Amino acid sequence: MAKQIYTKYEMAKYLRKEALPTALCPGCGGGTVLNAFANAIDQLKIDPRDLVVVSGIGCSAWIASPYFLADTLHTTHGRAIAFATGVKVGLPDKKVVVISGDGDLAGIGGNHLIHAARRNIDITVILVNNFIYGMTGGQVAPTTPFGAITTTTPYRNIEHPLKIAETVASAGASYVARWTTFHVYQLIESIKKALTVKGFSLVEVVSQCPVQFGRRNRMKTPAEMLRWFSKNSIPISKAKNMSPEELEGKIIIGEFVSREKPEFTEELNKLIDEVAQYHSLGGEDAD
Amino acid sequence: MIIRGDEPEQIGLLKRLYPKGNYFMQGDEAIAYGALFAGCRFYAGYPITPASEIAETMARELPKLKGYYIQMEDEIGSIAAVVGASWTGLKSMTATSGPGFSLMQENLGYAVFTETPLVLVDVQRSGPSTGQATKGAQGDFFQARWGTHGDHPIIAVSPTSVEDSFWETIRAFNLSEKFRIPVILLADGIIGHTREQIRIPDPEEVEIVYRKLPANEEEAKYPFGDVHGDLIPPMPLFGNGYFTHVTGSTHKENGLRDVYTPEVHDRLVRRLHKKIEAHEKEIQKWEEYYTDDAEILLVSWGVSARPSLGAVIEARKKGIRAGLIVPKTVHPFPGKRIKELSKKAHTILVPEMNLGQMILEVQRFIREEVPVIGVNKIGGVPLTVEEILKEIESSAERSRHRSAD
Ligand SMILES: Cc1ncc(C[n+]2csc(CCOP(=O)(O)OP(=O)(O)O)c2C)c(N)n1
Ligand code: SF4
Repeated sequence: MAKQIYTKYEMAKYLRKEALPTALCPGCGGGTVLNAFANAIDQLKIDPRDLVVVSGIGCSAWIASPYFLADTLHTTHGRAIAFATGVKVGLPDKKVVVISGDGDLAGIGGNHLIHAARRNIDITVILVNNFIYGMTGGQVAPTTPFGAITTTTPYRNIEHPLKIAETVASAGASYVARWTTFHVYQLIESIKKALTVKGFSLVEVVSQCPVQFGRRNRMKTPAEMLRWFSKNSIPISKAKNMSPEELEGKIIIGEFVSREKPEFTEELNKLIDEVAQYHSLGGEDAD
Repeated sequence: MIIRGDEPEQIGLLKRLYPKGNYFMQGDEAIAYGALFAGCRFYAGYPITPASEIAETMARELPKLKGYYIQMEDEIGSIAAVVGASWTGLKSMTATSGPGFSLMQENLGYAVFTETPLVLVDVQRSGPSTGQATKGAQGDFFQARWGTHGDHPIIAVSPTSVEDSFWETIRAFNLSEKFRIPVILLADGIIGHTREQIRIPDPEEVEIVYRKLPANEEEAKYPFGDVHGDLIPPMPLFGNGYFTHVTGSTHKENGLRDVYTPEVHDRLVRRLHKKIEAHEKEIQKWEEYYTDDAEILLVSWGVSARPSLGAVIEARKKGIRAGLIVPKTVHPFPGKRIKELSKKAHTILVPEMNLGQMILEVQRFIREEVPVIGVNKIGGVPLTVEEILKEIESSAERSRHRSAD
């Protein structure tokens, strides 16, 4: 039986029809992220011709590439932000967005993530944190909760998870937020904000992978995982008054930073204009 | 639409900033100036000896030409940024050395598979590992060819002097743009750090090639399709509203991933190989000295080609019929020409600063009757004329004995 592809939904106009249906598992949070991203683009009335979407390797990397109908660069594992840096320098007037997984962006690609934040280059990163290496079969990730079961921590995970949003905020990004796939409307608003902020912005989306994570950690269905997100999420304002012990295993949600500071491509072009101007005035001969 | 670096005012700028004439500079600097004349307007890199002077020169000169310099967090990010920039229409380059070249290999493969024009300079240094960090070598001959995984073609060119570094860099850009393939410039630390006189030409004297862009929307739909029958797809750049999809996974002509159909992978990888094979004549370049009647044929490349030529001249003075061929394009290797020349020769000598790399390519092409002997030196010190001459003389001696038997 041929698979039926639903294209009546209004946001489907943003999708590459010939690439559908998506390869994501039923119930995967990736669909929610794609939907939220399409809604944000739609609400901001961004022409997809003014978008370049870059992703790495992993299930989450597929969310926008190939499915989102824009210029898309599907790169090597972990390197999406570095590729996107070259794209943004070449096309400073376009919106450059990176959508990829936690393993991709914060594991193998962690170095590029913190340095892009430090540089404050105007790239929007949507980091899908599903606590696991989904595509390769559910191995432990840098975000896997302490004590969780994965295919490479069959007895329990004895490492501590990386706090991605906090790390990127302290690395110097202009805008950082974290939501879960349960908080869809807040997520859309945050993506919109990230897209409009000038500078490096990160939206971390805690997302369900029922197939590789939930199934092994007593949350077989997507609904169970969403319920877990809903119960364990603490708004950042409240978290500020809680002790580390109380916050253990909780998901802090909300905006971590939102600040203005000089942006990389703007500074680069300013510098070039200054140098080029100096030399067109014959500065070279003057010294 | 124009590829940046192609603007009419660039000629005027180049003329004013670097007036035609003689300059005294390092090989590394000559590579940077070659890149500027070739239209390079994006450089991303990470410091490493003996390649850092390329970055320093680019950081200083690129802004004068409205070009971009970025120092990335590592070599992996450097070549990644270069690929990204190339898809926006900037002629782009990175430069590194041994260990950095190793780090770049995965994304070099990505650039090959996505047919992304870029120039990757490897100023070879002694290895393996950190080796003799500041010393030159020629040990990356095969890393350039096979460093990344899978079946793939590659182009690598290698300069023999400071002035040659300028021109070979321009040629590397031209080949890369024309054939939509990353081109490796296999330089080395000795020429990279040697200062010599070079002539900077008028920009009009330099032939510059720009990549082929799609002529219309229809062509743009096939970023990896042989739409002109020359095996080289036009490149639809990002930002032009074509909704181009680029992936390092096996893809169809329209760019969409298909990793399950054997024919799709076969068709794509074979076209990439054919693209280079079919244009081998335009890609290959070599120099010959005294080869007409050479009985002892030297095959040498890069930094070793110069003492090799010195040794051939000395041998001629002594009445030994020696000759030299210098591949300037080392991949694809000009093996057919070497095979032709080998028919007149009784011995082939291959001087290089490694324990025998290019010699394997030579052996692959020539008939078995001719002995192929390596003249090898490692340790960071270049071969001398005397060392090579000694080998030529003993080969001549051996052949005299053979004919006397
Ligand atoms: C250099 C390299 N190492 C390893 C892999 C294998 N690999 C593919 S996807 C992946 C993990 C992806 O995890 P994540 O980014 O969290 O995405 P998810 O699939 O969970 O959405 C790995 C390790 C690879 N493709 N390349
Ligand atoms: S394995 Fe997990 S992350 Fe990957 S598509 Fe399935 S549910 Fe989503």
